[in-house]
Amino acid sequence: MQGMSIIVKKVAQLLSGLIFMYGIYIITHGHLTPGGGFAGGAILAGSLILLVLAFGSDVMRLQKREAGSSIMESAAILGFLLLAVAAIIAGAGIFFYNYLPKGQLFHLVSAGVIPLYNIMVGIEVAAALFTIFLALVIYKEELKQ
Amino acid sequence: MESFIPLFVILPLAAAFLIPIVGKFVSGFQMTLSNLVFLFLAAAGVWFLFDSNTEAVSYTVGGWEPVNGIPIAIYLVADGLSLIMLAIINTMAFLSGFYAISYLKQYTAPDNFYALLCLMVAGMNGVVLTGDLFNLYVFLEIAVIASYALVAFGTGKEELEASFKYQVLGGIASLLILFGVAMVYWKTRTLNIADAATLLKHSHDRTFHLFVQLLFITGFGLKGALIPFHAWLPDAHSSAPSPISAMLSGVLIKAIGIYCMIRIFFNMFILTEEFAVILTTLGALSMVLGALIAMVQNDMKRMFAYSSISQVGYIITGIGMGMIILARKGDQGIAALAIGGGLFHMINHAVFKGLLFLNAGAVEYENRTRNLDELGDLSTVMPVTYGTSLTASLSVSGIPPFNGFFSKLIIIIAAIQGHFYLLAALAVVVSIITLGYFLKFQKQAFFNVSRFFNKLKIKEVPFTMCFSMIVLAILCLVLSLLVFPGPRDLILTPAVEAVMNVKEYSTIITGI
Repeated sequence: MQGMSIIVKKVAQLLSGLIFMYGIYIITHGHLTPGGGFAGGAILAGSLILLVLAFGSDVMRLQKREAGSSIMESAAILGFLLLAVAAIIAGAGIFFYNYLPKGQLFHLVSAGVIPLYNIMVGIEVAAALFTIFLALVIYKEELKQ
Repeated sequence: MESFIPLFVILPLAAAFLIPIVGKFVSGFQMTLSNLVFLFLAAAGVWFLFDSNTEAVSYTVGGWEPVNGIPIAIYLVADGLSLIMLAIINTMAFLSGFYAISYLKQYTAPDNFYALLCLMVAGMNGVVLTGDLFNLYVFLEIAVIASYALVAFGTGKEELEASFKYQVLGGIASLLILFGVAMVYWKTRTLNIADAATLLKHSHDRTFHLFVQLLFITGFGLKGALIPFHAWLPDAHSSAPSPISAMLSGVLIKAIGIYCMIRIFFNMFILTEEFAVILTTLGALSMVLGALIAMVQNDMKRMFAYSSISQVGYIITGIGMGMIILARKGDQGIAALAIGGGLFHMINHAVFKGLLFLNAGAVEYENRTRNLDELGDLSTVMPVTYGTSLTASLSVSGIPPFNGFFSKLIIIIAAIQGHFYLLAALAVVVSIITLGYFLKFQKQAFFNVSRFFNKLKIKEVPFTMCFSMIVLAILCLVLSLLVFPGPRDLILTPAVEAVMNVKEYSTIITGI
């Protein structure tokens, strides 16, 4: 895939960091405000996709990235499952039990395990959307060759 | 037993996502892990089934207690019906997974195959365990999306077309089911099946009931391939890899089609006679037309796929007759007999249709073709495949002493006792037609001398494939024992009780 002009590249560089931070904000405030893991994860993936679109990349490097993000995706789901299974040990044998202290209402660190679940979902959605995007790009490039 | 219930979802899910990570570095990891998981779950499922001390139990996910008698948590419920389904799903998953060890040598990417298979099993286990409507929808989607990918696993032209067709029709079905769930939620403000059942009992909005029931029957009918909704099944089941065909035909259409229908219509809605008649008609239609279309097929996997439609028709007819009798407030004993016959046939169909698809896979593995006209004279070179497929064919056609005979007999006896003489006659005629086309399959594949093929190159399939086929063939005989009072009371009677006794189901969950 070809990269774009220097103006687009610079603006994408500047913006993608901000978008990434906004995604993290949405994920970490998932238990307090609308949004959460899925919405924030989609924003994270958006910032990564923006960079790939602006800078372009050759197929070989993209394939390496795809392998990485696909492992990341599986690992995030496993992490989610581990959090839920850990509840069996921590919460008197109950699956999905909220075993951490609940904290104070409307504080960032509150609601027990739910923010952790949100973070795992965020990583998983970001990695999955990015993997799908990369798979489509690689497929198109391979067709061209 | 209670704390074991979530394992049925946790273990295959964990395996499905460990495989893509660890499988990249360790060869053979995917087969070992998934088969060990399936073996453990199958053993657990069968053990729960035979452990007569266990009552139906529920598991509260997250530990949320009911508030003022209103259940707010997601419940996992294991009653007689769910336990039967769990045993079938996990046993068939193990045998298919074990069979696939050798079978997959024709394909690349075994990691993807086993990961998707684990995901599909996790979804099906979730569907049969959950007591929550939306959760049921989510698990159902997990199972079917994994199955879309598995149907397209060969990535040939036929496979992709079949998978696309399956996705379009499956998508419509999922949409209708979700719409139905939303309607129930809108009316009752709850997603818990038991809680919704109590609330729906007090509402007398007949139009609403009929509308939602029609949504569900179309949705689950599409998933379970009743006849006007069957268009995707022959393509999808015949072009999937054979162990997956065995899973789809033997288990998936039952877990997400028939099981959901039984659970929702018996345990959530009030039975109405007009609706029961619709269901029975669809069942009888599937039974007859499926068999007639199967008769003219030349592709053996397509023949088995149409035969699946026909056999599902038997199951639905049995259950539908029970429904009609219950709705008319007729004899409970005859209703129990009809429903028991349907459930018994469901277990048997999983075993013999799974076996037939594995046989078809074995024949295809050695001959590279599924066309019956191009096959022939395999009985001497492939003795295990021949013997097991003969067992399965006799079983599906209802020849004693195989299991198919007894379940069909029970359905026919129930039909006569309930004065459904036409249905009884149809069941007998269809059984004869079934025998006809399975004799055609036997003759063309195993006896007919064909000029197309070179017999010298063909040999018996590898050990893992033989093992799965032999185990299933033995099960075809052993399951006949379910007709005798001892095993029947242990396995079938709790399931029939769970279906007919609505109050008990809601008591397990709400505890009231």
